Amino acid sequence: MAEVKVYGIFAGPFNRRVELALKLKGVEYEYIEEDRSNKSAELVKYNPIYKQVPVLVHNGKPICESLIILEYIDETWQAIAPLLPKDPYQRAMAHFLARLIDEKFVMAKYKVCYGKGEEKEKGRGETCEVLKYLDNELQDKIFFGGDNIGFVDIVASYVALWFGAIQEAIGVELLTKQKFPKLSKWIDEFLSCRIIMENLPPRETLVPLYKAQFEAATQKASS
Amino acid sequence: MISEDKNHHLKRKNKSSTQLIEMAEVKLLGVGGSSYSRRVEWALKIKGVKYEFTEEDLQSKSPLLLESNPVHKKIPVLIHNCKAICESMVILEYIDETFEGPSILPQDPYERAIARFWAKFLDGKCLEAVGKALWSKFGEEEEKSKQEAYEVLKIVDNELKDKKFIGGDNIGFVDVAANYIPFWLEIVEEATGVVLVTSEKFPHLCAWRDEYLNCSEVKENLPDRDTMLGFFKAKVLAATVAK
Repeated sequence: MAEVKVYGIFAGPFNRRVELALKLKGVEYEYIEEDRSNKSAELVKYNPIYKQVPVLVHNGKPICESLIILEYIDETWQAIAPLLPKDPYQRAMAHFLARLIDEKFVMAKYKVCYGKGEEKEKGRGETCEVLKYLDNELQDKIFFGGDNIGFVDIVASYVALWFGAIQEAIGVELLTKQKFPKLSKWIDEFLSCRIIMENLPPRETLVPLYKAQFEAATQKASS
Repeated sequence: MISEDKNHHLKRKNKSSTQLIEMAEVKLLGVGGSSYSRRVEWALKIKGVKYEFTEEDLQSKSPLLLESNPVHKKIPVLIHNCKAICESMVILEYIDETFEGPSILPQDPYERAIARFWAKFLDGKCLEAVGKALWSKFGEEEEKSKQEAYEVLKIVDNELKDKKFIGGDNIGFVDVAANYIPFWLEIVEEATGVVLVTSEKFPHLCAWRDEYLNCSEVKENLPDRDTMLGFFKAKVLAATVAK
């Protein structure tokens, strides 16, 4: 039995975060691909409350929720590639940014995709507000983590890759080089890192998935 | 703000310099009636940290609040050594890592992960389901929302089966995250007439509630119940008129 297991889905941004963290730390793991329409008995056993990916199982003990798993990985395999800073204030800022992405940004993106009229406009505004905040946060750093990929970079992979695919799928361009120069530079840098290229799904595989999802939702709304 | 702290430092001569620095440099922007704001206060009390509390007027937010939390413009905000930390659960972890005193989170990484998971559940899925059910008279599907609330409350009740607090023998991270259950929930029940928590349905939850409200960090640091009841009754009236 593998010591570390990860339950995820191919295109899943949240489980890919977990895999990235493990790869950065050099931790070997067994990956189990889940089918969302037919969840495995193990997944339901390990995550009875939410019944969703990702789940990390370490020595038979499950940990759920991607941000919580990332911290667990950082605290358990401390010696290599620290993901969070040591300073409590810097750590608090990292936690804050992660929540900003996972809560405000994800909800705003949802409004942009599926909102109507005023709600859609509000979503666009909120999306840009978060992007601006992230752009400012980068300052002169290569990565949010400084010289190396860290916790916030891993969480922001959602912005770098998945949001880019979503924009292409729905024909929207909010994240531009002119408006968000530092963030755009970070995206180029981040996505060209070998470990990122080897461990994130290619954008070409995500765009058709989002296109199909968006079309299905639009059809359902108009019928 | 910086000059205020320096003057404060000069006034108190009888305390040690560390305590002086702590006292002068920990500020909390909050609202006395808010469970999110009280979470931070109770965490500071657990650590024995002195702080200066500023009651914010949410209809007319202070420049300091807007400057300290430009993205969300919400309380609570902790200001420590002139640096602002926002989001109550982020502040709780900051307090635990920064100040000495009893631990709020466990030490072991797996125990910490479990605590964070429960805190997220209580702050998220549980709070949402309970809130929806309490206000369900003004929304849709009253019975369905009540069933969903019973399900999440049963999960919490089961978790408390052999424990005094969710954190064990003492109030901790998860208990603080769940603070709306022991105090605010019952007041909203009275205001709306929707009762979710009974000792028959949730015996362990009720036992925990009694222990919780008796903790020294909590019982001397609760908003006035009548004021809170008045606040929620006004909300009920507004919702009734809107419907």
